[in-house]
Amino acid sequence: MKAIHDFLEDNIKPHFEKGAKYEKLWPVFDGFYTFLFVPGHTTPGKGAHIRDGIDLKRTMNTVIMALVPCLLFGMWNVGYHHYNALGIDAAFIDQFIFGAIKVIPIVIVSYGVGLGLEFLFCVIKGHQIEEGYLVSGMLIPLIMPVDIPLWMVAISVAFAVVIGKEVFGGTGMNIFNPALLARAFAFFAYPTYMSGDKVWINTSVQEGQAVVDGFSGATILGDLATTGTTNYSPLEAFIGMIPGSIGETSTLLVLLGAGLLIFTGIGSWRIMLSAVIGGAIMGLIFNGFAEYAISPEQQAFMAVPFWQQLIFGGFAFGVVFMATDPVSGSQTELGKYYYGFFIGFFAIMIRVFNPAYPEGIMLAILFMNTMAPLIDHYVIQANIKKRQKRLALKTAGA
Amino acid sequence: MQELVNIFVKSIFVDNMVFAYFLGMCSYLAVSKKVSTAVGLGIAVIFVLSVTVPANYLLQNYVLAEGALAWVSEDFATIDLSFLSFILFIAIIASMVQLVEMLVEKFSPALYGALGIFLPLIAVNCAILGGSLFMQERNYANITEATVFGFGSGIGWFLAIVAIAAIREKIQYSNVPAPLKGLGITFIVTGLMGIGFMSFMGIKL
Repeated sequence: MKAIHDFLEDNIKPHFEKGAKYEKLWPVFDGFYTFLFVPGHTTPGKGAHIRDGIDLKRTMNTVIMALVPCLLFGMWNVGYHHYNALGIDAAFIDQFIFGAIKVIPIVIVSYGVGLGLEFLFCVIKGHQIEEGYLVSGMLIPLIMPVDIPLWMVAISVAFAVVIGKEVFGGTGMNIFNPALLARAFAFFAYPTYMSGDKVWINTSVQEGQAVVDGFSGATILGDLATTGTTNYSPLEAFIGMIPGSIGETSTLLVLLGAGLLIFTGIGSWRIMLSAVIGGAIMGLIFNGFAEYAISPEQQAFMAVPFWQQLIFGGFAFGVVFMATDPVSGSQTELGKYYYGFFIGFFAIMIRVFNPAYPEGIMLAILFMNTMAPLIDHYVIQANIKKRQKRLALKTAGA
Repeated sequence: MQELVNIFVKSIFVDNMVFAYFLGMCSYLAVSKKVSTAVGLGIAVIFVLSVTVPANYLLQNYVLAEGALAWVSEDFATIDLSFLSFILFIAIIASMVQLVEMLVEKFSPALYGALGIFLPLIAVNCAILGGSLFMQERNYANITEATVFGFGSGIGWFLAIVAIAAIREKIQYSNVPAPLKGLGITFIVTGLMGIGFMSFMGIKL
């Protein structure tokens, strides 16, 4: 490490400093440099700043670590379903390698396009590289179907980074979660590639292979919305051996990630807890009122036990990794309870009531992103009023 | 009853005046700098919509529509006055707004002062006329449905303007690129909010 540090300091850094040849590219150098080493500068002059080893980059890395199990499982799951669909008994390693070949290009495109745009904006603004994209860049491949063409990933990423983030001034200023915006953009722009029963499992066949008879590529929620029944058991859904977006399927591994986020204090347990409660309450309401459904399919969907609603689809993934986004979510501690609760509540409601969208967590989070500043506003106002009352009592008493 | 709930929820979320039809944008953009004034205007719009839509419903069904005048005399049964609907709807709206303005001035001078010019401007807010015209187009079965529709549309508009006001208060501190400052970023936010509201599109109750 010391050798690398000295090499960077002595041989590379001078080229990028003020007045040198590559002055304009300083943000790029700085971005890579601080990726390896904690910045060495200290607060100049007098000041009461507290410096902490944990900065944005370290925070983001923790989230990515929490995402790695989902990514690895997603790769295996892609291969597993591919070989299942073809009726081939493949070894674990073959399944994993097949999945990796499909998934890694999506990750590369997501990071390449996203970071490229981010670097471009930072160079134009003469700003330090902002690390906000590190997590979004990992989330976007995990919430895309495996068969999505790479150019669609690229366009969605560009939309999310430019319109979702850079127009607001970059990391920490955005209103909406960029990863979800990328997915929503792809969902509304290319609906045939983002929904239905063809896109979740890769069924590309080579010579001499064929898709088995009676194969269905629909997700659990797709099945439930159209027929009211599903072939997958709750245990399979919990472990994640179900079709779906690449990394969202395994509730078990999402819980593992959630544990890491809560343990390190990076994800808000308040949002996660209240979202689960909100989803469970909506599920219970549906259980209780299933007999009033307008169609037999909807009745069967409404009668699905509430705890199964929580492990199907991307609910867990969205709640743990997207709803807890510290930028686009509620900032006040009390507001987080409301924010999380309505995410869970609306996610299950959209899922069951809205025939246009089999899964509701994406749009529920985007909807609550629009409402989060309002919740914060009223929480703060209530706090101000409470304190004014207290002050009035105090001064009146004195 | 189920029909009424359906109309209410639909008019708030699915057929939201701002995000589904982009109506009432002028005051939506102009009065959304602060949450408190946005709330005042939003309530005024709710009130005016829930008064004018049923009033225009009566006008439509007892005067303007084809054969609506039959209750006066048999001879009028073939008369169709619907070409007058624009001008008469606007007349009703303007008089109602005038009434609201007088009431607000009399009973709440503080709110009257805070809303200023935007209170009389509700008369020419396209969301209000839009509400009446949608009522005409959708042929609601009775006056209760029309009232629920007007009230729900008002709530939807209220929700939109209050939400954008809170967002605008928040992005005051954002480092928005200079050319996009002010209205530019507000338009972008409105479009993105529309994506959020699309979650309710297609809901059947």
